Amino acid sequence: MGAMKEFLNSLLLKELFKGLAVTGRYLFARKITIQYPEEKTPQSNRFRGLHALRRYPNGEERCIACKLCEAVCPALAISIESGERADGSRRTTRYDIDLTKCIFCGFCEEACPVDAIVLTRIFEYHGEVRGDLLYTKQMLLAVGDKNEAQIAKDREQDAPYR
Amino acid sequence: MEAQALQVLQFLSGFFGPLWPLVYTLLKIVGIVLPLLLCVAYLTLAERKVIGAIQVRLGPNVVGPWGLLQPIADGLKLVCKEIIVPSQASKGIYFVGPALAFATALAAWAVVPFSEGWVLANIDAGVLYILAITSVGIYSIIIAGWASNSKYPFFAAMRSAAQMVSYEIAMGFALVCVLMVSASLNLSEIVHAQGKGMFADMGIGILSWNWLSLLPMFMVFLISGIAETNRAPFDVVEGESEIVAGHMVEYSGMAFALFFLGEYSAMILVSIMTSIFFLGGWLSPVGFLPHSFVWLAAKTAFVLFLFLWFRATFPRYRYDQIMRLGWKVFVPLCMFWVLVVGIWMMSPLNIWK
Repeated sequence: MGAMKEFLNSLLLKELFKGLAVTGRYLFARKITIQYPEEKTPQSNRFRGLHALRRYPNGEERCIACKLCEAVCPALAISIESGERADGSRRTTRYDIDLTKCIFCGFCEEACPVDAIVLTRIFEYHGEVRGDLLYTKQMLLAVGDKNEAQIAKDREQDAPYR
Repeated sequence: MEAQALQVLQFLSGFFGPLWPLVYTLLKIVGIVLPLLLCVAYLTLAERKVIGAIQVRLGPNVVGPWGLLQPIADGLKLVCKEIIVPSQASKGIYFVGPALAFATALAAWAVVPFSEGWVLANIDAGVLYILAITSVGIYSIIIAGWASNSKYPFFAAMRSAAQMVSYEIAMGFALVCVLMVSASLNLSEIVHAQGKGMFADMGIGILSWNWLSLLPMFMVFLISGIAETNRAPFDVVEGESEIVAGHMVEYSGMAFALFFLGEYSAMILVSIMTSIFFLGGWLSPVGFLPHSFVWLAAKTAFVLFLFLWFRATFPRYRYDQIMRLGWKVFVPLCMFWVLVVGIWMMSPLNIWK
C-alpha cells in the first residue's frame, strides 16, 4: 500500500509541485537586494578596513617602534625599521604595510600598546598599478590624520568591551 | 489601412515582376526572424529577472530603465569579442556547429501558425517537419563537440545526443496522441480541432483544448520539451559543476552567441509548440473574446515562464536519472496512453468526432 502511494505521488509529481509552490511564493516576496553604490549596509564600529597610523592630540606620532605588530602579523605584511630621532626618542624610520598580503585580522591593532596602528572603516580604496597597495608610513599617517575623528569615536564606543 | 497595404503590395509585385514570390517570401521570413531574435534577447533578460525575483534579488536593473537595455549591451559585448579557434580544432566544421544550431532553430519556425492563416508554409506534414528539423539540431551539438577536439565538449556532445534522442521518442509518442485526436499533421488543423466540442460550444473553449483531455501527455510533452532544449533541470549537457559549458566550452564571441540564440529560439519554439498542440494555439479561452495572435503570445509566454520557474526550482537531474525517466517512465507511459486514447476513440464515449 505504501509503495502504491509512493508510486502515485511520484507519478503525479507531488513533491515537484510542492517545490514550485515554495519558489512561487518567493517570486512575490520583498526583494532584499542592497544597490551598493547608492545604498549601503550598516557598518559596525569594529569594522576592519584600511589601516591608519594615529597621532596624539599634540601632533606627536603614537608609534614607538616596539615591532609587536610586525611580530604578530600572520601574513608578514608589516615591515618596520627603527631609529633614534633628533630628540633622542625611538621612532620608526620605515613602517610599510603591504595591503596585498594583509588579511585584515586586526591582530596588529590588538597587539599595539599605544593604539598607534588601527584598522579604519574605509573599504572603498583601490590601486591602479602594482605598488599602489604598498602603504608607507607617510600614507598611513595621512589616512590617520584624515579620519582621526571617526577613528577616535569608534574606539571610544568600543572602550567598555576592551 | 488594409486597402493601402494591399495597394503597396500590388505596386511592389509589379515592381519585382517574376521575382515577386521570392521577394515576398523573404520579406515574410524577415518578418518572423527579426521579432523572434528580439524575443530571444528579451527572453534572456526575463530569465534573469524571474530567477532573480525567485531568489529574492532584483536582477539586472542598471543598463537602461529597469535594465531593459541589458540584452543589447550583452549582444554588443559578444559581437565585439574575439572569436578564438583552438589550434587543434577542425576549422571547417568547427564553424558549421554554431551555424547549424542557429539555422535549424530558425528553420523550424517556417510552419508555425501564428494566427488564422498567419503561416509562412502551411504544409500538411508540419508536425513531421518540425520533428525532423529539431532532430537535425542535435547534429549541431555533436559537430561542435567533435570539432572542438577537446574532452569536455566531446562528453557534452555524447550526453546531449543520448538525451535528445531519448526524449524525442517520448515527445513523438505524446504527439501521436495529439495527432490521433486531431486527425491531421497540419498545425493549423490541430488548432482548429481543439476549437470544437462540447465545452467550446458552451463558450468555455479553454476546457476543450488538448491539455485537459490529454493531461498526462501534456505533462510528458512539457517535460520532454525541457529535456529536448537542454534546460534545467535536464541541463547535464552544460552543467557548470561537471563539464563547464559543455559543447560551448571552446567557443567565444559570435560563435558562442549563435549557440545561445539557437538554444533560446529552440526554447521559444518548444513553448509555442506546446501552446499549439495542447493549449489551443490562437484560440480564445472563453467564447465572448475573439480568437487572436495575442492568445498564442500569452500562452507561449506562460509556458516560457514555466521553463524559467522550473529552472529556478529544481536541482539538476543526475545523468542516469534522466535516462531512467526518459526510457523507463515516459516511453511506457506514452505507449500506454496511446492505447487508452485509441480505446477511448473507438468507444461510444469518443469526444473527438
